[in-house]
Amino acid sequence: MSLNSVWFILIAVLWIGYFVLEGFDFGVGILLKVVAKNQAERRAVLTTLGPLWDGNEVWLLVAGGATFAAFPEWYATLFSGFYLPLFLILISLIVRGVAFEYRSKYGKAKWRNSWDNAIVIASFIPALLWGVAFANIVRGVPLEESATGAIEYAGGFFNLLNPYALLGGLTTLSLFVTHGAFFLALKTEGDIRTRSNAIGIKMGLVTAVLAVSFLGWTLAALTSKTSVVTGSLIVVVSWLAALAANYKGREGWAFLFSAITTAFVVITLFFGLYPNVMPNITAGGPGLDIFNASSTQYTLKVMTVVAAVMTPLVLLYQGWTYWVFRKRIHPNQIANPESGVLDSIHA
Amino acid sequence: MNALDLARWQFAITTVYHFIFVPITIGSGFLVAGLQTAWYRTNKEKYLRATKFFGKLFLINFAIGVVTGIVQEFQFGMNWSSYSRFVGDIFGAPLAMEGLLAFFLESTFLGLWIFGWDRLSKKMHLATIWIASIGTLLSAYFILAANAFMQHPVGYEFNPDTGRAELKSIVAVLTQKTAVSAFFHTIPSAFLTAGALFAGVAGWMVLKGRDPEAARPVMKTGLIVIVVSFLLVGITGDWSARIMTEQQPMKMAAAEALYETKANAPFSLFTLGTLDGSKAVFQIGIPSVLSFMSTGDFNGTVEGINDLQKSYEEKYGVGDYTPNIPIAYWSFRLMIGFGGLATLFALMTLWYMRKGGLPRSKFYLRSMIALPFLPILANSFGWIFTESARQPWVVFGLFKTADGVSPGVSAGSVLFTMVTFTLLYGVLAVIEFGLMVRTIKVGTDMKPVQSDESKTLTMAY
Repeated sequence: MSLNSVWFILIAVLWIGYFVLEGFDFGVGILLKVVAKNQAERRAVLTTLGPLWDGNEVWLLVAGGATFAAFPEWYATLFSGFYLPLFLILISLIVRGVAFEYRSKYGKAKWRNSWDNAIVIASFIPALLWGVAFANIVRGVPLEESATGAIEYAGGFFNLLNPYALLGGLTTLSLFVTHGAFFLALKTEGDIRTRSNAIGIKMGLVTAVLAVSFLGWTLAALTSKTSVVTGSLIVVVSWLAALAANYKGREGWAFLFSAITTAFVVITLFFGLYPNVMPNITAGGPGLDIFNASSTQYTLKVMTVVAAVMTPLVLLYQGWTYWVFRKRIHPNQIANPESGVLDSIHA
Repeated sequence: MNALDLARWQFAITTVYHFIFVPITIGSGFLVAGLQTAWYRTNKEKYLRATKFFGKLFLINFAIGVVTGIVQEFQFGMNWSSYSRFVGDIFGAPLAMEGLLAFFLESTFLGLWIFGWDRLSKKMHLATIWIASIGTLLSAYFILAANAFMQHPVGYEFNPDTGRAELKSIVAVLTQKTAVSAFFHTIPSAFLTAGALFAGVAGWMVLKGRDPEAARPVMKTGLIVIVVSFLLVGITGDWSARIMTEQQPMKMAAAEALYETKANAPFSLFTLGTLDGSKAVFQIGIPSVLSFMSTGDFNGTVEGINDLQKSYEEKYGVGDYTPNIPIAYWSFRLMIGFGGLATLFALMTLWYMRKGGLPRSKFYLRSMIALPFLPILANSFGWIFTESARQPWVVFGLFKTADGVSPGVSAGSVLFTMVTFTLLYGVLAVIEFGLMVRTIKVGTDMKPVQSDESKTLTMAY
């Protein structure tokens, strides 16, 4: 296998890591006000993410950095082309990260409510837009060759809001919400757990409809490669398994299968894409593939060594974190949920 | 303003802002780790109180440092796509390495530290803050190596077929002296910054009589960290200046606004006038110091802007190769000045504190609050100097900033994102500052540590 293909797979792995992990972060954020009715519950929900969200987000930074290193032309065309959606995602991620850290510093209802709203909105936007972005990549976008030989995005913001891409966005949104519900059902106790289970069933069915339509559309209109058919089937089967497990109250299995489903959504999209990385929507037009978008073989070789050594290590210690914080959290474990550490000056 | 100017402003704003928090985070991580180690070794509760208190200040900063860092990773592609295409083969590698080796380490182990007080053994918990801190060092190294390539490109070849620079030796990129000297200049600066934050906060507490038992050792340590760091910053700054003179003589000439090539070149502390090469209205200069800074020899010859402009035109073709001189001149002085001021203040305070004394005046109480801002300003001016005085190049001698901007992104788009980032960053700065001040006022938690009988979590969001 060429190193270009290896790196195509590695980039897919990084996005899988990102969507499986931050996917449930987004879901939890979106559900914050629905599943948690009082301060103890809100804080219990946020504490399930506490030690994890930052490490989860690093998968995105590494996916970005690795794309820069291995496929600089893809990085340049994609990030300058999908300018405004990426900007909205960045703003959301900034607000969300700060909100987690700051919202419980004070007990004031207004302070906390503002940050909670920020968390909901700033989780909603990326959960939707990542799906829109990836659907557009798979569908193909207007591209043209510039005078310097670079292949540049030639559409505008509204080219990205086509029905197929929007369906892709709704699919990831709904998938992440369900994934988050399964995570909360697994990580909490009490009412949050019950509510999350119930939401998991409802949103699970919505996701099933959206995902089948989205993958069906992909197969009907874009590609009917065997790999994409197989990937889609695995998505459907593992999603059914997740729903069944959730229905039976087997929360660990439900979460595992929704993680597998998320992974296979990404895998199926990458199957559909290969060997392109950013195809032109007009057949025959200039596009980016794993060869014309890539770095030199030397750079790919260097990066392969680094990735081969580091990725297993990262998985190991990140996995350990999940093990350390494996216990369920009950709202009554939150001491003085109504008050914040900065409420009173007691010196 | 066109898209290029706006993209430059956006990069300047987001990067300077990001780098307010980075040095605080790097230095504070280690200082908090040191405090926790003191608690681990001595079991004295004052060290635990100090660890938790300064840990809070550290985390308030870390949060903003992390989220503004995401923008840094993406804006090369968003606003500087032509630059990204040109250097991607080389520049992307250290960025990806930074993510794989450093970001994962920092974020994961910091998560373990914040929430692991009651989940990990004391020893393991202490290890997590050290590992996270080492992660910040790795991160600094890789990003400085990437920046060093922009200051002095090595280990590459230009491929005329693709019109791109291609990596030939990753070892050369990662080990060139420009990167090494920048690292050993930046890290002590980060310690100086954190030392000033800790000394300033602890000093204010001591002078106000708030938990002086815990604050006093931190105050003293912070002040010593400032002085020792400044020594190291000075030594590596001297080394960096010599490397800079060798690799980017125009930058050194710009730092002094030296138009004519000169032996025994003086270093001016201060100039009244326009810095445009005409006679200065008033200037305080120290003879031969610029020659020494640049060459290591008081009699050494320093090339002036006019000669350099001429030789660059011969080498690179007609064009303006002179950076903005007033910015270079003043940022260079303000960098040194603010760092020096913090250090003088630290020395003076240490003098007062000898034999267990304390400075008593109101002046001190106020100065302590201002102390952390001095190195923060020095850091900002240092980067403003080193980046702006490299212009018109984005990669020195190889690729111009003007050629790096994204051709497909309109000025309106860049303006819109720049305004939004700036407003958001402004709001966050106000919130962050408010939280820092409030945290300091609340002070250390004097309540005795809970016994393990309650089932509540030690740490919750």
